[in-house]
Amino acid sequence: MLEVFIFATLNGVVTGLLLFMLASGLTLIFSMMGVLNFAHASFYMLGAYFAYSISLTMGFWLGLIFAPLIVGVIGAMVERYGLRRVHKSGHVAELVFTFGAAFLIEESIQFFWGPDTKNYQSPDILDFPLFILFGQEFSAYRGFMILISMSIFIVLFRVLTRSRIGIIIQAAITHPHTVSNLGHNVPLIFMGVFGVGTALAGLAGVIAGPVLTTFPGMAVVLGSIVFVIVVIGGLGSLAGAFIASLLIGLLQSYAIASNVGMPDLLNLLGVSFARDHPLNDLWTVTLPQIAPILPFLLLVLVLIFRPTGLLGKREE
Amino acid sequence: MASIRKLSLWGGYLLVLLVLPQFFDSILSISIFNQMAIAIVFALSYNMLLGQGGMLSFGHAVYFGLGGFLAVHTLILIEFETLYFSIVFIPLVGGIFGLLAAIFIGSFSTRKAGTVFAMISLGIGELIAASSLIFVSFFGGEAGVSGDRTFGPLFFGVDFAQDLQIYYLAAIWVFIATVFMYLFTQTPAGRMANAVRDNPERAEFIGYSARRVRFISFCASGLFAGIAGGLFALNYEFITEENLNAATSGRVLLMAYIGGLGYFIGPIIGAVLLTLMNSLLSNYSNLWLLYLGVLFLLTVMFLPKGFAGLIMMHQVAWLRGTLRRLALPYLITGIPAFIFILASVAMIELSHTDGEVFHYLGVSLERGSSMDWILVGGIAIAAFLATRKSLQQLKDAWEDANTLPGDEES
Repeated sequence: MLEVFIFATLNGVVTGLLLFMLASGLTLIFSMMGVLNFAHASFYMLGAYFAYSISLTMGFWLGLIFAPLIVGVIGAMVERYGLRRVHKSGHVAELVFTFGAAFLIEESIQFFWGPDTKNYQSPDILDFPLFILFGQEFSAYRGFMILISMSIFIVLFRVLTRSRIGIIIQAAITHPHTVSNLGHNVPLIFMGVFGVGTALAGLAGVIAGPVLTTFPGMAVVLGSIVFVIVVIGGLGSLAGAFIASLLIGLLQSYAIASNVGMPDLLNLLGVSFARDHPLNDLWTVTLPQIAPILPFLLLVLVLIFRPTGLLGKREE
Repeated sequence: MASIRKLSLWGGYLLVLLVLPQFFDSILSISIFNQMAIAIVFALSYNMLLGQGGMLSFGHAVYFGLGGFLAVHTLILIEFETLYFSIVFIPLVGGIFGLLAAIFIGSFSTRKAGTVFAMISLGIGELIAASSLIFVSFFGGEAGVSGDRTFGPLFFGVDFAQDLQIYYLAAIWVFIATVFMYLFTQTPAGRMANAVRDNPERAEFIGYSARRVRFISFCASGLFAGIAGGLFALNYEFITEENLNAATSGRVLLMAYIGGLGYFIGPIIGAVLLTLMNSLLSNYSNLWLLYLGVLFLLTVMFLPKGFAGLIMMHQVAWLRGTLRRLALPYLITGIPAFIFILASVAMIELSHTDGEVFHYLGVSLERGSSMDWILVGGIAIAAFLATRKSLQQLKDAWEDANTLPGDEES
C-alpha cells in the first residue's frame, strides 16, 4: 500500500510539473493578451516532433536546446502575423483563431511527419534506475524531468519578480499604455512573451515526448487538461497554475493507482443492486475508470462555485 | 411589399430543398444532401449561441449527440414494439432531449458569457464525451448504438427504407427548423439576445437579466441541436461517442464561422460548403483537412464575417448599381490567385503522392523530377507576385464602386 502511494505521488509530481511547464506559458499569455491560447498544446507537440527529428541526426541534447528555440520562433511569428491581426476583431475571434491554429498545426504535423507514432527515445545516459524502492525502479529520466521543470519554475519566478525585464512585463500586463508611454515597445514585449511561452511548451514537449509517446494526438490528450489547470488555478495566476498543476497531476495519479470504486462504496453503505439494474454501469464504475474525467469534473465545479479559480483575481 | 419578398425567399428556399434530388439523383448526392440537411440545422443552432447570443461554445455537440442517442434508443423501442410511434417525429424526440440537457446545463453555465462560458462548455463536453465511454448501456461504448428506422407504423404508406425518402423528411424538418430559428431571432427574446451579446450591462439597466436572456437562447439552441441529432439518427441509424465529442463540436464551430456568424444565412452557407468539401474533396485527397485548416485560419484572419459577410459587403455597390465595375478588377486579381492556389495544391499533393507520377488537371507530374518541381514552384511564385501586384487596382476599383462622385471621404 505504501509503495503504491509513494510511486503514485512521484508519478503525480512528474506529471504535475510537466503540466505546469505548459500551464505557466498559457497563463502568462492569458494575463498579457486576455486570450486563452487554444494552440498551446500544439506547440508542445511541435516541440516533441522537432526534437525527434533533431535527435535522429544530432542526438537528444541538441534537440533539447534547439527544438524549444524553433518552437518559440514559430510562436512569435504566429503572434506577430496572425493573432495581432485578429486582435481588432475581439476576444472571441482571437480564441477562434487559436482554435484554428491548433487544428492546422495538428494537420501540418500529419503532413510533414505522417500519422504514425514516432520512436522518440530518451538519451542512453539517463537510461538507468535513479533509485529502487520496494523493488520498483524510478528511472533517471523521470528525475531529469523533475529537475528541468523545477529549474524552469525557479528561473521563471525569479525573472518575473526580480529582474528588470520581468518588472516591465508585469507592468505591461496591468498598464500597457503607461509602459508604452515610458518608451517600451509593448507589442514587442507581447510577442516576446508569446514566444517564450510557446518555447516553454515546446520544451515540455521535448522532455515529455519519450515518456508520453510522440504521436499526432498528443496535443489533444494534454491540451484540454492544461486549460483546466489554468482555469482552476485562476486565470493569469502563476502560483495558482503551479498549485493546480500538482493538484491535477496527483489527483489523476492517485485515481489511476487506486483500486476502489462504486462497489466498495455500496458495500460500505450496505446497498446492493441487481446486475441487470438500468444504472448497472454507474454501480460498477471504479476510480481508475473515471480518472480521465476527474479534471473536467473539478473544472465544472470550480467554475460554478468559484469562477475566479483558486488564486485568481476578482473580475472587475 | 417587403413581406412578399420575404415570403418568396422562403418559398424559394423550400422549393430548392424539395427539387434538389430531381437534378442530382445519384446515391452519393442524396447522401450528401442528407448530411447537408443535418449540418444546416446543427450549424444554425450553433449560430443561435455564438452569432446571436455571443456565447462561444466548445461543447455544442453534446446536445446534438444526446438528442441523437435518445433518438436511436427510441428507434430501438419502436423496433421492439414497446412504443407505437411514427419515426417521422423522431427528430422532435431528439430535440426535446437536447432541450432537457440544455435546461439542466444552461442553468449554471449561462451565468457568464465569454471565456468562463467557453471553458464550462469545454469541460462539460469533455466530461460527457468521456462518460459516454464509461456508461456503456446507454452510449454503447466505442461501437455506439444502432437501430432500424423501417419499423413502426407507415406514414401515409411510406416506410422510409430509402435514403431519398429520408431526404424529403429531412428537408421538411430543415425547413421547419429554419423557419422557427428565424422567427426566434425576431422575437423579443431573440432581439434581447443580440443586446446582451453586444452589451450585457446596458441590457441589465433596461431591466433584463442577462443570464435569463442567455439561458433562453441556450435552451432554444439545445432544442435545435437535438433535432439535428435526431435527423442524424434517422439518416445513419446509428450513433457513436464520436458524435458528441470535441471534434464534432469543433466542426460545427468551423461551419458557422466560415459561413459567417453575423448573418442568419451564414451558417447555412458554411454547412453546405463544408459538407461539400468533406464529401467531394476527401475522395480526391487525404489532405483535405489540411486545406480546411488553412481555409479556416484565412477566414478568421481576413474575413471576420465569413462568406456571408463577403457577399453582404457588395450590398452597397449592388444598390448603387456599380457592381458591374468590379467584375473586371475581380477577374484581374482572381485569375492569378486561382492559379496560385492550383499550383500550391499541386506541390502539396505532389509531395505526398503514393506513386511516382501524379496526374493533375490533365498533366502528369513526376515526383522525382526536379524540373517539374521548379516549374510548378515557379508558376506558384509568379502567380503569387501577380496577385499581390493586382491588389492595388482591386482596392481602387472597390473605392470607386463604393463612393459616388458626390460623396466625400469622412
